[in-house]
Amino acid sequence: MKIWIAKQKALIDFTLSSLARRKLKNLGLLLVYTLIVFLLASVMLFTHALRHEAAQVLKGTPEVIVQRMVAGRHDLIPPGYIEKLGRIRGVQHIEGRLWGYFYDPLVKANYTFMSPTAGNINEIQIAAREIVIGAAVARARGLAAGNLISFRSYTGKLFVFTVASVLPHDAELVSADLILLSEADYRAFFDIPVGFYTDIALSVANPQEVRNIAGKLAETLPDARLILREEVLRTYESIFNWREGIVLVLLSGSILAFAIFAWEKASGLSAEEKREIGILKAIGWETGDVLKMKFWEGALVSLTAFLLGYIAAYLHVFHFSTALFEPVLKGWSVLYPRFELVPVVDGFQVATLFFFTVFPYTVATIVPIWRAAITDPDAVMRG
Amino acid sequence: MIKLTNIRKAYNQGQHNEFWALNGIDLEIEAQKVTALSGPSGSGKSTLLSIVGCMARPTSGRVQLAGRDISGLPERFLTDIRRSTFGFIFQQYNLIKGLSARDNVMLPAYPLGGDWRALHERADLLLDTFKLGHRRNAPVEWLSGGEQQRVAIARALINDPQVLIADEPTANLDTALSREFLSILESLKQQCKTILLSSHDPLVVESSVVDRVVRLRDGHLPGGAE
Repeated sequence: MKIWIAKQKALIDFTLSSLARRKLKNLGLLLVYTLIVFLLASVMLFTHALRHEAAQVLKGTPEVIVQRMVAGRHDLIPPGYIEKLGRIRGVQHIEGRLWGYFYDPLVKANYTFMSPTAGNINEIQIAAREIVIGAAVARARGLAAGNLISFRSYTGKLFVFTVASVLPHDAELVSADLILLSEADYRAFFDIPVGFYTDIALSVANPQEVRNIAGKLAETLPDARLILREEVLRTYESIFNWREGIVLVLLSGSILAFAIFAWEKASGLSAEEKREIGILKAIGWETGDVLKMKFWEGALVSLTAFLLGYIAAYLHVFHFSTALFEPVLKGWSVLYPRFELVPVVDGFQVATLFFFTVFPYTVATIVPIWRAAITDPDAVMRG
Repeated sequence: MIKLTNIRKAYNQGQHNEFWALNGIDLEIEAQKVTALSGPSGSGKSTLLSIVGCMARPTSGRVQLAGRDISGLPERFLTDIRRSTFGFIFQQYNLIKGLSARDNVMLPAYPLGGDWRALHERADLLLDTFKLGHRRNAPVEWLSGGEQQRVAIARALINDPQVLIADEPTANLDTALSREFLSILESLKQQCKTILLSSHDPLVVESSVVDRVVRLRDGHLPGGAE
């Protein structure tokens, strides 16, 4: 074993000196290779982290959302609806929610108005004529706690609010465009009478029963549309997969160009290289030693590129907020959330990337050597 | 030490350009002596050196090394014998460009997996012996012809072989450098190395260092050994 390690060390040492002879060419290759791994890994890490984040956020959301439909359009939940649902077995908790969108022509952005009394952020108590705003809204309008802001509602009435506070930065992924206000203010602003709600959120005692309960709900309320959490999750998945796909398609041209370049570089054996293999064999190297040396050459180049590219991608995604792909991967918006993703690395994804980058290059390096390495060593003596 | 019996070697056998480089060579090479193969170009000197040095197998005939028949051994065993028993000095030196003199010297020892530091020390010692210590880190293409040949000799000696094989060692050297080579040969002989070389340079063939001259012509030994 000790001899084996010493032998590999010697071969690696030779490989490094050998690579250093063509410094510019090999550094160029390493750079392009690293860049490709960096681009691919950035897309993979970012979409995976977003998917993970979305799943974490949705964990805290209700299992079922009930919306009322009129003529195929979303309508308000009228009084008496919530009472009807309470009689269905298995439903643990029901609450009417008040939320909606408001377009601010000043910054050409949509805000999400929400009353926290019947929403997710129950713990926040908001006084009359006060609002709590998301960080992106604060940035867009230059607001801070204590500032006054006015919105002209859809009825044409002007409402003036005091900013009570700005929501914390770490919740920005879900609260960037959010404006929280009291139930009374919400109803007054959107002109929604008491007893009416935007939709209803249901939590179910046993998550396995969600589909059965959804079936019962559909029977009880034939005019309702049911949105299940698992469906939302699936939609998110498809959106991120689709966006990942788009970026990968855009990258495919460069990946293909690199593949051709790398194949050419790795598999093309110059006359000089053939001569060197002959010399090595003549002075006592076995065919296996030559192959091992070439294996190390391929493995060192591709492993270094993989590690450098992956580390750079990790920093790009989790420390520099994926600055390069932000617009494509995050989707379109006026109010972009500024957030730092929780670093999540999927082992399977790393293995896939590793397999499709390191493996082909290493094989491409070894295969052509095989033919040169099995030639008779006396060719050197005769040549 | 090395015994060749009825050695024949054909290239491109069975094809229209079939060529017999050696036609029934019987030869014994004595240990710790300098034997020179002499003859015109195409007489079979290099082919014979390849066969003795386990680089090529004879088409027919037997090669015995210290009483052991090695002509039928598979490549792995031949390689093993080649790197432990023989050291080679090629006509064109066959150094690897871009690598330093020391890296070139150490090359034959890499696949053996010996102690790394000891190998470096051995290489440095050999380079010092051949007055190349100050050039150890220089890429070999920066060295003069004579220096390159000395690097090639140091490389041939790195695994401390019993037998040194040199193919036309003075072909690319002027008279002064050829004499320098012969003095190195003398010192190697004093270290009890067996040396087999091919040359048609009278300076070498007629040198007192050479114990025996074997003349080859058209793959035969017409006059036998002198």
